[in-house]
Amino acid sequence: MSIGLLSLIVIALAAAGFLIGRQLALSKAGGDIRRLHSLPGYYGQTVFLFTAVPALLLMLLWLLVQPLLIETRVTSMISAADIPDGSSANLVMTDVRRVAEGIDLILARGQLGETDIAAMRADLADVRSRLAEVGVAVGTNVKPGVFEAAKAYRDLSHGGHLALTVAVLALALAGFGYALSRIRPEFRARNVSEGFVRVLLIAASLVAILTTVGIVLSLVFETIHFFRLYPASKFFLSTTWNPKFGGGSDLGIWPLIWGTLYISVIALVVAVPVGIFAAIFLAEYASKKVRAMTKPLLEVLAGIPTIVYGLFALITVGPVLRDWFAQPLGLGTSSSSVMTAGLVMGIMLIPFVSSLSDDIINAVPQSLRDGSYGLGATQSETVRQVILPAALPGIVGAILLAASRAIGETMIVVLGAGAAAKMSLNPFEAMTTVTVKIVSQLTGDTEFASPETLVSFALGLTLFVFTLGLNILALVIVRKYREQYE
Amino acid sequence: MNDMRLTERAVETKDIKIAAHDVQVYYGASHAIKDVHIDILDKTVTAFIGPSGCGKSTFLRCLNRMNDTIDICRVEGEILLDGEDIYDKKVDPVQLRARVGMVFQKPNPFPKSIYDNVAYGPKIHGLVKNKAELDAVVESSLRKAALWNEVKDRLDAPGTGLSGGQQQRLCIARAVATSPEVLLMDEPCSALDPIATAQVEELIDELRENFSVVIVTHSMQQAARVSQRTAFFHLGNLVEYGETGQIFTNPKDPRTESYITGRIG
Amino acid sequence: MTAEATNMPAKARPSLYAIDPRTKRRNAAEKRFRLYGVAAVGFGLLALVVLLSSVLGSGLGAFRQSVLTMQVPLDAAVLDKEGTRDPAAIAKVTTIAYGKLLQDALTAELTEKALLPAGMKPKDVGGMISKEAPAQLRNLVLANPDLIGTTVSFDALANGRIDGFFKGRVTMESAKLDSNVSPEQLELAQAMRDAGLLALKFNPGFIFAPDASELRPEAAGLGVAILGSAYMMLIVLVLSLPIGVAASIYLEEFAPKNRFTDLIEVNIANLAAVPSIVFGILGLAAFINFGGLPQSSSVVGGLVLTLMTLPRIIIPARAALKSVPPSIKDAALGVGASKTQTIFHHVLPLAMPGILTGAIIGLAQALGETAPLLLIGMVAFVRDYPAAPPEGFFDPASAIPVQIYSWTQRADPAFTERASGAIIVLLVFLLVMNSLAVVLRRKFERRW
Repeated sequence: MSIGLLSLIVIALAAAGFLIGRQLALSKAGGDIRRLHSLPGYYGQTVFLFTAVPALLLMLLWLLVQPLLIETRVTSMISAADIPDGSSANLVMTDVRRVAEGIDLILARGQLGETDIAAMRADLADVRSRLAEVGVAVGTNVKPGVFEAAKAYRDLSHGGHLALTVAVLALALAGFGYALSRIRPEFRARNVSEGFVRVLLIAASLVAILTTVGIVLSLVFETIHFFRLYPASKFFLSTTWNPKFGGGSDLGIWPLIWGTLYISVIALVVAVPVGIFAAIFLAEYASKKVRAMTKPLLEVLAGIPTIVYGLFALITVGPVLRDWFAQPLGLGTSSSSVMTAGLVMGIMLIPFVSSLSDDIINAVPQSLRDGSYGLGATQSETVRQVILPAALPGIVGAILLAASRAIGETMIVVLGAGAAAKMSLNPFEAMTTVTVKIVSQLTGDTEFASPETLVSFALGLTLFVFTLGLNILALVIVRKYREQYE
Repeated sequence: MNDMRLTERAVETKDIKIAAHDVQVYYGASHAIKDVHIDILDKTVTAFIGPSGCGKSTFLRCLNRMNDTIDICRVEGEILLDGEDIYDKKVDPVQLRARVGMVFQKPNPFPKSIYDNVAYGPKIHGLVKNKAELDAVVESSLRKAALWNEVKDRLDAPGTGLSGGQQQRLCIARAVATSPEVLLMDEPCSALDPIATAQVEELIDELRENFSVVIVTHSMQQAARVSQRTAFFHLGNLVEYGETGQIFTNPKDPRTESYITGRIG
Repeated sequence: MTAEATNMPAKARPSLYAIDPRTKRRNAAEKRFRLYGVAAVGFGLLALVVLLSSVLGSGLGAFRQSVLTMQVPLDAAVLDKEGTRDPAAIAKVTTIAYGKLLQDALTAELTEKALLPAGMKPKDVGGMISKEAPAQLRNLVLANPDLIGTTVSFDALANGRIDGFFKGRVTMESAKLDSNVSPEQLELAQAMRDAGLLALKFNPGFIFAPDASELRPEAAGLGVAILGSAYMMLIVLVLSLPIGVAASIYLEEFAPKNRFTDLIEVNIANLAAVPSIVFGILGLAAFINFGGLPQSSSVVGGLVLTLMTLPRIIIPARAALKSVPPSIKDAALGVGASKTQTIFHHVLPLAMPGILTGAIIGLAQALGETAPLLLIGMVAFVRDYPAAPPEGFFDPASAIPVQIYSWTQRADPAFTERASGAIIVLLVFLLVMNSLAVVLRRKFERRW
């Protein structure tokens, strides 16, 4: 039974439970809803929730855990002899899964029956060609150990699937029966179902925590894995980045950090003055009409996907900078450069700085402006000497958030900055960033368990820690600032 | 202060500092101030009283063109400062406001140090040549605002850290520092407790020596305590204007009398 | 008191009508300052205009494609030797045979119109036709075997270089150095255009066709990517809206003020600012490596984007819930409604427009997101449309932004035009979504 069908059955049962529960409550009250503690719908709701929620949760949990259990059982079946030189248990497991899939396909075609498969032995039959017939390509001849493991894998997953179906249906029915048995006119159905709903709400807000936990766990776990293969000291202290396919790579993070910071600084040099002046103009000078027109237009810049900026850098800004600045000045011949990426990223960040700064400048109390004008200050003197100092913490928060964006930005640098890991001062040279290397190392063809791939997780962790620090600092500053004027 | 002193103060004669003729103020379509004629004397405290929304604050804000900052506000008529029309096209409100200072209802010290708060006006108007002069101006302004002794040891502390009454006196010092000729005060004590109020009132009386002070107040007792002349506004009209003692003891207009005796408010 | 007064700098009062030099300087500074503001806003708007016009300028071409119109005799002797019209037999004829048919048809057409330059080899004539055209003709025949033996009027895509010639990408000079096209072919193409045999036509294939290989930019389309993006948006909507609304209701209405809820709040604010690529790493590690879901599938993409979108839905949803005035809650509680009833019957419906607006904007951001999808393998070359959901969620698919990225990585400049064209499609989708949000906000906005 497919998972979709199973969930449908559970939901249908729950829906039926709703109707039955409501009816039952009514009939137990003799048709007079005033004798019920709660409205009849709540009785139905308890049945619905008790039927559907535990069963669906069990299903979800099962689907997550079952592959892991089977994996460990089957992995233990594979002997060291079945693992070819230069391969790993992981790769063999992939073969096992594919063979199992192939067996399913063979059965689906009706060429062979279950009993034939059970009797089939890899050392006698040509399993590989059989699999190829159904479109499953296996690299080498299937070893007997692998074939047996595949069969076991198949049996286990089928068994597990059957058990899942039975367990989920049983739990749904149990919940159904339990909830129905509790229905009595004096049963506090509303409180029970509201309590249940509240648990669901809490669970939903926990998703955010789980996401963070998931991010941290996956980053830390694989980073530890990486540091077992590659010394942490070299990662943090080396100034060369030179991954090689055959091993013996230099994976020092500094050239990447240099590129990241250089590009971010250029982006901020563009975005911060423009953003702040735009915010000042919008908040202090622009008439209502101009503001209503301009503000949304500037915010469009924030709504444009970064891939669009990336392409803009690649086909427009890069060539223009190369032909008009870099080459005439003799500074370089590359169209992807720190300058290209920084400039385009700066444009992208303008609304991040301007929108938040605009809000913050607007939050400065009018009385301060009055005080300054009352003393005969001009508008610009008021802005520079009273409003900006008052709004400074908030604006710093906005800049920090923009910096965190700049550091974590990926597509603009992938398309605009280049791939060469260098530590140079020339802004017209191509350099690379942490995010670019995460993408290139993870989308490359290297084996997953190699340091060249796993380094992405260490880079990701560095990036996460960096931006987390900036974000939290910014949040704290902005929050403090808001409290000051509330 | 008692009522005896009211008559005693009134005998001095002074020059006219501000003369307003035929002043009309509109907020969008509504006519907020109608036909106001008033002569405000130099080195005198003039009080504007009247029920809420009568236009007294609006009129006060016309005197240093603070209403310019409100887009929909329009002023007609003539307001002369020492015989010069402040609404003339040639006049820069910035220069005007250096001569007509203002203190607001809620204390609004800038988020700067006490020193910088007071030094702000002299700095932007270029009234001082060097740091020593600035120090002197800050000290004398703080002394005039009767705040010097309380803050002289912590001039670098933020102005926002002072108590409410101290903050308001800091704002007065800030206004005084540009050595204006007229000081406008918009209900300067309404956000203060009674003790702070008494201190500020005492200060206003002293400020009279150097400035022409115009104060808007809700409290008739305050007007009686601090002012020599009083103007009563009602529904945008200037109903009665005269010696404070006369307004409070012998009002000519029945509306003034109703207000004084608490029938309209 | 008077002693201190003498400290004040003595100052003669000049007339108000004379503007002193210092005030003049200050007013000039004021004007300059204002100008900086105008310049800043102008710079931002200019950047927007340049950005959009550069994309539009290079991308509009992708919607029109050079097409060769010719009469193709579908020779039964070639396509169905036995004459049985048995589909299985017809299917055995490969695209090479169809390519030959097209080449002959074009040569015949040119000879008839006396356009064929002397000395041009038939192979060069055939080279002007896209390599994708034989497959299209074959599909046409397979779908309708009765056509065999007749002569059909067929619109064949022109080779990408020929197409580029009419869009200004390829010139006579560049053709001399190009092994894929010769100046003679370009001259012939020009002559054919003058004769009406070749025309730039609207190209529906760009929107509906799947991606094509490196050598056939003229045939590459967005079909699979649009479908993949649609699947992912469906998953994001179905998961993130209910979870996001539930979480915001809990945090805004039920959560006690304590360390734990504070932690959740900081968490959500931080998640909204975590670089999107980190979510890609999470997806790779958690859903693909740990959870065993298939790479490049829309289900993984959808889940990753859901996690990314959640905080971006929760934050505006909470603001919307907060903006419902407490008086409405008090009124409901006052007539004896429970807290849950109050929230679900009164607060939530009033906050719904705000919540939906936030959700649409969150969804629009998810639609344009690229980086995390690269990491979960969506950059793979996918030519097959994913099946119908729910099974199709597990099929390999592409996404519009990822398709744009992979086109930028290809050598032929024709793909740059494709990428810009795809951006136009993406921006149109975003425009529609954001306009929907604006309309929703305008229509239901309430000021309390």
